[in-house]
Amino acid sequence: MSVPASWYLVVAAVLFGIGVYGFLTKRSVLTMLMCIELMLNAVNLTFVTFARTLSDVAGQTVVFFVMVVAAAEVTVGLGITVAVFRRRRTTSVDELTEMQG
Amino acid sequence: MLALTTTWPDLLVFVTAAALIVVGALGVISLRNPVHSALSLIVTLFGVALSFLEQSADFLAAVEIIVYAGAIVVLILFVIMFLGVDRHPRDEVEPLVGQRAFAAVGAIVTVGGLVFLMARAHWVTGVMSASTNGTPLASGQGEITQLGQSVFTTYLIAFEVTAALLIIAVLGAVQLARRDRESEVEQ
Repeated sequence: MSVPASWYLVVAAVLFGIGVYGFLTKRSVLTMLMCIELMLNAVNLTFVTFARTLSDVAGQTVVFFVMVVAAAEVTVGLGITVAVFRRRRTTSVDELTEMQG
Repeated sequence: MLALTTTWPDLLVFVTAAALIVVGALGVISLRNPVHSALSLIVTLFGVALSFLEQSADFLAAVEIIVYAGAIVVLILFVIMFLGVDRHPRDEVEPLVGQRAFAAVGAIVTVGGLVFLMARAHWVTGVMSASTNGTPLASGQGEITQLGQSVFTTYLIAFEVTAALLIIAVLGAVQLARRDRESEVEQ
């Protein structure tokens, strides 16, 4: 018998919280992308835990799709980062304020 | 909640996975050098893959290593090297007063709320969900077969849309990163 599912859920919640804090405080776009990956992995861990708890393979299927979307998201995000860097010579979110109201 | 049926190898695996996950995640947000952050992210990904293995998600554990650690982190590292490591902004500056404090409060409230919900909730367990046409998860070696059948029958449309999404993402990234379009965009 494996460890209780709630332990994994607590670890996933902590991982998500760390990702939230990093996303809100970091200045570099690249580090913010890494923090988004942390949050996605926390959600993936939750899905797999519930797939085991509820004995339903649908949770693992959702994780499969989340991984695909994460790969696409990182590809486009890094493409945007490179394009912005070519124009502005920076990756700091503080200096990209054209759309500020 | 402390199930006494847990054997010590399971407990050891869980503690190792949790330590890898938390230490790696803290490294991602605390290390100054973005290259070190990316390497620390790999530690977290290995911890997540270990917990996937422990919960009989073998295929997803392999995909976690191959796709995340093998492709996504390498892509991030490549862009970090491409843009130059030393040009990255410092996190010491705080243009928005109290941003760190508010972020910490928000993260703590999020984690606390999630743990509180977990402690209060009563999960329905033991019966497979009838609404998703899901097949019950077998323990052991049947998981990859089940996952494949689920992806190619119940979620076939989502799978095909995923293929289109990947093509669109690749084409968009190529278009965004093209250098010779820069002069036209400028106008």
